[in-house]
Amino acid sequence: MIEIINLRKRFGNFQLKDINLSVNEGEYFILLGPSGAGKTVFIECIAGLHKIDSGKIIIDGTDVTNLPPEKRNIGLVFQEYALFPHMSVRENIEYGLKAKKIPKERRDQLVRETAKILRIENILDRSPKNLSGGEKQRVALARALVIEPKVLLLDEPLSALDAPMRRELREELRRIHKEICVTTIHVTHDQIEAYSLSDRVGVIFNGKLFEVGPPEDVFRRPKNEDVAKFLGFENIFKGSVKEYRNGLSEIDINGVIIEVAGHYKGEVTVAVRPEDITIYSSRIESSARNKFLGKIIDYIDLGALVKLKIDIGIPISALITKKSFLDLNLQRERQVHIAFKASSVHII
Amino acid sequence: MKRDVLTISFIFSSAIILFMLIFPILNLIFSTSVTDLISAATDKEVILSIYLSLLTSTIATIIAFLLGTPLAYLLARKDFYGKNFIDSILDLPILIPHTVAGIALLALFGPRGIIGRPLSELGIYFIDTIYGIIVAMLFVSAPLYIKAAKEAFESINPNLFKVARSLGASPVRAFFTIDFSLAIRGIFTGATLCWARALSEFGAVIILAYYPYTAPVIIFKRFTTWGLSASKPISALLLIITLGIFLFLRFLRRESVD
Repeated sequence: MIEIINLRKRFGNFQLKDINLSVNEGEYFILLGPSGAGKTVFIECIAGLHKIDSGKIIIDGTDVTNLPPEKRNIGLVFQEYALFPHMSVRENIEYGLKAKKIPKERRDQLVRETAKILRIENILDRSPKNLSGGEKQRVALARALVIEPKVLLLDEPLSALDAPMRRELREELRRIHKEICVTTIHVTHDQIEAYSLSDRVGVIFNGKLFEVGPPEDVFRRPKNEDVAKFLGFENIFKGSVKEYRNGLSEIDINGVIIEVAGHYKGEVTVAVRPEDITIYSSRIESSARNKFLGKIIDYIDLGALVKLKIDIGIPISALITKKSFLDLNLQRERQVHIAFKASSVHII
Repeated sequence: MKRDVLTISFIFSSAIILFMLIFPILNLIFSTSVTDLISAATDKEVILSIYLSLLTSTIATIIAFLLGTPLAYLLARKDFYGKNFIDSILDLPILIPHTVAGIALLALFGPRGIIGRPLSELGIYFIDTIYGIIVAMLFVSAPLYIKAAKEAFESINPNLFKVARSLGASPVRAFFTIDFSLAIRGIFTGATLCWARALSEFGAVIILAYYPYTAPVIIFKRFTTWGLSASKPISALLLIITLGIFLFLRFLRRESVD
């Protein structure tokens, strides 16, 4: 288990601000944030590579705040793998064991076992220069795991890979974590990674940790406008609550009334995910509480999906499949009906 | 394929500059008779001067390596106040005239200098001694080593060191097994440049230590005393020896890299 208590670190003009986080034993925690949010500085602080200004870092009940990196027993994997280019794969994996003065026989055994888990037994004598991106990443993982770390820190471990390899390695990370069950903190800007891998997610912005929780909660119900924008809530509007009845609040946004589940008062910020909006070419009966007639202002073809901008009195973004777009014969200036459920509307 | 005007003019100007660089060296070697070379090679004073040059330049290079490597590493890896200033200072010994460097060193290491006076009380003198030669050589050549070593360290991904530390390596172990090991090629190149620069130093050396003669000094002395014919065979001999060593070092570097 790892506990971060009121961690502060100034780094030039940037600052990590009072970060409090607790990651449970064997948990896979993902810290999600855009570039420059402070993700790398944060895990480097945990690894002991930067002396923190204040706060505490506790690993398995031991305060490691003032311990140097080599005494923390933390596995670290960087985005660009950081394999030692002048050593073979075997020497790379062995490095930590040699540093810890593990006898040769035990070293060989541990290298064999770890290589088997990572499925890299056949490349042990190769140079890192001759490995594919996926192989390099597995070697970097093996090197970090072979020392049996208390915590595994992964800094954007899949970012340097192409899309198919990233999918494959994502599955692998899941399998390896299930097998080894090491407490893991993985930082990324990729929401798919966060959704598919994590037990819990934290969102970091400008050096501040905003939200921590199960991915479903964090992704569906962000508590901060910046976090909501980062997580794909493109329809964010300020409005005022007009009325509350039958468990629904009516919110006026520039004359457009949106119904939302729950009892709210006063000025509020409304957020709706573009994929929660359904588009119809003609008026149909729908159980959705929010139904509007609008006009397509613009659209962007994203390949399998199409993003539409629709004017319903306020500009709304909607995401539909390419097939739906073609079937509905949608085009600019065309009038469409849109609908979304009251439960899809999130109040920040 | 027809070559364009730009390529032709570049080839032409390249040929001129290469001729200017290579021809004097080849001319010096091939216009010196074997008899004259043997005569120079058996001249005790000449042999001693070449030996002294090789010895002092090697010592200066070792000192540059021992003291310059940590500085190069700090400049490459750490951010600190005055870093840019130090970086600029490293250019000074390369930029200033070497006679000026000699005068500056004389003012410091001479019998009345801030360093020279207390050390003279301990029996260490710099005027006309081997120490003076080494100091002069070190002053003009160490910056070349430090700059080359700094570039070598800068070219290494700093995350390698971080990973090594996280894997349990102490800073010293991580430095030697990762950063130093990976920078060795650049360090070797820097040391070779430093050694060659130290070996060829004349201006600063002659002001601080005219005697004992280093090879460039004795060439100058023979030239001013007896003219070109007396100094040419020594120059050719020194050139052949240094070129030989330089090529051997390059061969060693290539072997070690392979």
